[in-house]
This record gives sequence, C-alpha cells and structure tokens, in this order.
Amino acid sequence: MKKCTYACGTEEHVISRRQFLGDVAASAGVVGGLGVLAGPASAAKLAKDQKRVIVVNMAGGLSQLESWDPKPQTDTGGPFRAISTSVPGMHICELLPETAKQMHHLAIVRSINTKENDHGKGGYAMFTGRRQTPAADYPRIGAVVAKALTPETSPLPGHIVISNGGSGGRSNDSAYLGPKYASISLGNGKPPQNTDLPKSITEASDQQRQAFRRKANDRFTLRRRTAFTDAYAANYEQGLELMKRREIFDLAKEPQADHDRYGKHDFGRHCLLARRLLENGITFVQVTHSNYDTHNENFNFHLEQLGEFDGPFARLVADLADRGMMESTLIVVMSEFGRTPRINNRYGRDHWGTAWSVCLGGGRLQRGAIIGKTNANGTAVADREVDHGHMFHTFMQAVGVDSTGSFDIEGRLMPVADPSSTPIGELLA
Amino acid sequence: MIDPKQTHVTHQWKHDRPLIACRFDPQGRFVFTTSEDNSVQRWELGSGTKVVMKGHDSWPRSIAFTPDGGHVITGGADDLIWWPVATEKPEQVRRVVAHKGWIRTMSVSPDGKLLATGANDNLVKVWNITDGSLVKEFAGHGKDVYSTLFHAGGEFLLSGDLAGQVHQWEIASGKLVRKFDAKQLHTYNGGQRVDFGGVRTLSMSPDGKHLACGGLYKATNPLGSVHEPLVLVFEWESQKLVQSHVGEGLKGVVWRAIFHEEEFLCGTSGGTSGGFLLFWKTAEPKDFHRFKLPDLTRDLDIHPDRTQLATTHSDSHVRISRMTPKKS
Repeated sequence: MKKCTYACGTEEHVISRRQFLGDVAASAGVVGGLGVLAGPASAAKLAKDQKRVIVVNMAGGLSQLESWDPKPQTDTGGPFRAISTSVPGMHICELLPETAKQMHHLAIVRSINTKENDHGKGGYAMFTGRRQTPAADYPRIGAVVAKALTPETSPLPGHIVISNGGSGGRSNDSAYLGPKYASISLGNGKPPQNTDLPKSITEASDQQRQAFRRKANDRFTLRRRTAFTDAYAANYEQGLELMKRREIFDLAKEPQADHDRYGKHDFGRHCLLARRLLENGITFVQVTHSNYDTHNENFNFHLEQLGEFDGPFARLVADLADRGMMESTLIVVMSEFGRTPRINNRYGRDHWGTAWSVCLGGGRLQRGAIIGKTNANGTAVADREVDHGHMFHTFMQAVGVDSTGSFDIEGRLMPVADPSSTPIGELLA
Repeated sequence: MIDPKQTHVTHQWKHDRPLIACRFDPQGRFVFTTSEDNSVQRWELGSGTKVVMKGHDSWPRSIAFTPDGGHVITGGADDLIWWPVATEKPEQVRRVVAHKGWIRTMSVSPDGKLLATGANDNLVKVWNITDGSLVKEFAGHGKDVYSTLFHAGGEFLLSGDLAGQVHQWEIASGKLVRKFDAKQLHTYNGGQRVDFGGVRTLSMSPDGKHLACGGLYKATNPLGSVHEPLVLVFEWESQKLVQSHVGEGLKGVVWRAIFHEEEFLCGTSGGTSGGFLLFWKTAEPKDFHRFKLPDLTRDLDIHPDRTQLATTHSDSHVRISRMTPKKS
C-alpha cells in the first residue's frame, strides 16, 4: 500500500493529487448515467463536445395566451391574433413575429400543469424539477448542468446568471452540490466581482505574491495536506485562470454590428452576452426578462415586454443555429407559471399553473414539435399533461445527461431529477 | 337643469362579454360600445335594443362618427372599419389597414372631414373620413400613442403618448409645433421594468383656454394596479400647468375626461377602488362631487344633449347616467 499523502494517514486517503483531481472530475459526471465527463479527453474535444444550456426566465409568469398558445376569437383569447410560423401548422401570438421565423429550431410544450400558482414555489418547481418542501433543498437547473457538464479542468464557472442588477457575487442555489456550482451573478451584464487586478498591484508584483503563496502552500501541504487544502489550492489556480480570461465577459469585444442587431436595451445586451458566454464554453447561462406578472393591463404590458423580447431572442436563436451550436445547446424559455385564461376586470391575467406552455429547442430535442394541447379556450390541459418533473428530466436528457442517474455526493447518491418522473420521450430525437 | 350632484343611473344594458369603449352618435339616437368578444354593439337609447356588429378579429378600442351621423368607424388591433349607423343590420362598408399595431384612439376634425388615428406603431395618421384615404402621417412620438384630439380651430391636431408627451401638430404642414409635458402621467418602474400610464385622454375646454390630459400617477405597483387617477390641466397659450385634479382616496386611472360647457370637467376613474364619475372645477384640485357606479368603468362619453353620460364596464354593462334631478 502506498503511503497516504494526507496528514491523517488513513487508507481512504491513499491517493495522489493527480488521482484526487481525476476523481473530482469523475464525480462531476453522473453515476449510473452517461457519465459524459468520466473519461479523459483533450480540451479541444471537450470544447467540441461540451453541451450547453441557456434559460430565458420570463419572470413573473409569461402569459401562454399572448405567446406560445394563442386562443384568438375565444372568450379567453384577448385582443391579439395568432400568426403562422416557420413550422407549417404551428401558430403563436402576433406579439412574436421575429421568433415565429425561428420556430423550426424550437419546440413548444403546451400542456404543463404544475398545480402551483405561487411565484416562489412555481419557480422552485420549474428550476429544480421538484416541488418545494421544508424537508429538502434541491439544486437549481444551472447548478445541476454545471456539475454534470462542465469539465472539471475548466477555469470558467459553469453556472452564470445574467441579472438585471446586483453586485455579481455567488448565490445560494446549488444545495447539496456545493458552492462551487452556485450561480455567479453578472449584475446587469458586468463581469464577476473581484476578477480584475487591483490598480495598486502591478502584474510583476502579483506574480511574486502568487509565487510566494504557492511556496507557502507547498511547504504547508508537506505535512498538513488534506482534501480541503487541495481544494483550496485548486480554487486559487482556477480563480487566476478566470482572471486571465476575464475578457470573455467583456461585451465590448463583440462587433458593433451585433450590438446594433441585438439592441441597446438590457435584454438585448444580455442576449448578446449570453451568446458570447456560450461560445466561450460557459455551460449554463440564465437571462432574465422582467416582468410579466400582469394582474393589471396584461395586454399593454405583454405588448411592451414581448416587443422587447422578440427581436433579441430571435436573433440569439438564429445566431446559435448559424454557428452550428444548436446540436450542443439547449434553449429554454420558461416562467414560474402561466397566466389565467380569465381576463380580470382590470384587463389583467392572474397566476395560473394549470395549463401553460414552455418553448424550448436545441440539443436532442425535435425541432418544430408541439407537445400536448389545451382545450379550446385554454382553461385545461386536453392532451399529454406534464409537469415540472417531466420538464426537468427532458431538459437534462436534451443535453445528454442521464436524468435517471445520480450524483455521488460524498458517497450518497442524489438523483439528478425526480425519480418519480420521466422525460417527455416523444420530444427527444 | 344640469347638476352633477344629481347624477344617477337611468338605464343599464348588458352584453354577453365585458365592454371596452363607448360613444354616442352625433344625433344622440344610439350609444355604440365595443366588447372583448371583438364585436361592436349598437344600443338604441329609447328602448335599449341591441344590434351586434361583427367584423373585427381583435378587440375594437376606439369609435368615431362622421358628423352627419351616417357612419360609425371602429378601430382595433386590426383595421379601421366603416359601418352604417342606423340600418337594421349594419354591415361593414369599408375596411382600411391603418397601422402596424393596436389602434387606440380616434377623433374627428371640427369640420367633419378628417379622421385622426393613433396606435402602437408610435404614429398618428389623418384620413379622409369620406373615402378612407390617407391624408397625412405624423411621426415623432417615442412610445405608443394613446390619445388624439383636434383643436377646435381646426388648424392643429394633438396626440398624447405613453411617455406623457402631448404633441401639437400643424395639420397642413405636418410640422410639430410644440409639446406639452405631461410626464407626471408616466411611470417607469425600475423594479418591474415597465413603462406605465401615459396620456389616456385629451380634452379642450369650450372656451379654448385649457387643455386637460388624463391618466394616472403614484404608480407604485403598475402590475398590481396600485395607482391613482390624475388629470393635468394646462393653459393653452402659455402651456403653464394650472391644475392637477386628483381623486383623493381612489385607486384607478382616468380613462376619459371631458370638459362641459357648465364649467366643470367630468371624468371616469376605473380601478381597484371601483368605477366612479368624478367632477372637478378648474380652480380646485379635488373633485367637488363623485358618483360611484356599480362596477369598474372603462370608458366615458357625453350625449349631445350634454345631460347624459355613458360608461362601459367590466361587468358587461353599458350604463347611462343623467346629471339632472331624478324624475319623480
């Protein structure tokens, strides 16, 4: 037996540092699943094969009737008309004319019933694939994707949330997967916090202090080495690599023509940044468009909000397709719930988790598919009812993660998705 | 004798679906309404007899008439449609594709020859009301156009938008003459990231001295309908803001306000507080009288006899109120 290199000297720690990092990499994959990262691979191959996910969070609850499941000329349909799309027979709301031209890349699930009308609980269900309970917390989709798909050797964070504001720190959304997979927020598209060298420190002096840190670290680990000290050291090195590649967060590097195409408003800039991040190997990017919680004047607000959403989103889809990234990138447009078919007395629509829609595409998903349907005026699911659990399984399967597998968390197997649910098989190619 | 404090409902008629806009025809025979079922309704004032006119494939939001009372014109998220006013079964006689987007407002010139429309495409257009041909297009608004009004002199057209800007256009030249700044009627809520409010209604006083711009303010929660009604009154010549009429204690929006010859301004507020008719004197910010209606209001019009008011409601009713003492 080899001598344990850790200070504890136990048999369990008879392992080299290289082996340790390799195991960490292996554990990033899914036990019992496809284990997409379990084997060694060159950085180039990883980059080529790496799957990615972008979620556009339509915060507040996008109306399915003003987007993916219009019901014109009915008592619930509202004032807007349905328009044809690039998929024969598929119609969406007239508020999405640019997106309509890209629907041959996308699919719609029109039969979601989460039975959840609360913002927090609805969002939790859609982003974790589980119902929220006091007994357990589950990682959000970004954390799951980051752990399952981000190469362990990647210097880049795997879970990025482009927010409308905020300071750019880590969030608490990775549950048992640990803080490494928690989202890093890019407040209004700004780079992560503390990734630039303080002005008072020169490049040369920084190299000197890093060399000193490594020397002190090496000396310490000669006798006091633990898994934690290795993780600390690895985090430092990863941080330094991130600082070197900080410019991937710099939207100014994108051509002016693309800035013009995507628009100067926040959502346009955020979509362009999302494209840049995905192209540069970030595994999961979330963009938020706000706000759709339209209890009042639903139609005015959807006109306003979707007028802003439509162009940049359509351009993002078209660009990902043009760049050959649709096979490797899952696109999801979702909310915490939809909105009531009933129009209230203030021209508003209220919370509605009973029969609503999600638009998605890319990866293994069938292009141009429509899954499920609602009844004539959208008050109930009429065919192929699914919920958040089905959707989460499908998201995972779309990017090659075996959603029936588990993560090995310190010896405890934690299912990737709710074991009581299944993916929407007919949506997967 | 007109006395707003005597206002009372004289008739109410119910349609199958919630109502949106309302206008009396110039001869005062009918009140026309529009509904969430895409139809237009003609109600005969004497009997309440309803005739439903179908042709729009979206919600009609605005109504106007040729001054001779021959035709009613309705505009929605689709087109402008001309209908005969008084025939037994009105069928559309003209349809004009007018805007890219929702037609939100229409008004007719004092000489009855021109029809102005405003829409979500940020444009104001003027049409020959007789044949539906385009006469002039006015571009310059930065956001959706919510209201239009011809000045009594016939030389100018006013248009108000979501951003709280009122443009005064010279009709003949198409030039923007000046702007009235009614930005108090606009809110950008940074938390919800929405623009809200806007100039929902315009009215000129009969003596031509004042311009009223109505809508809402104090929009602390636009998506949750927490806002209060407001009408700004500007002096026409100087553009000085001379009054801010409020509906103290009410949550709502002024959908329409109309100056009356008896020197008061009548408006309707609809919102979480319910539906109200509010009456203001220019000298006072607060209403001197308010009349609560049975349900939220969505539009208001005044009869040519200047004593009757029509309001449309979310409970599918059109209600006729009279500003005179009840008949015993």
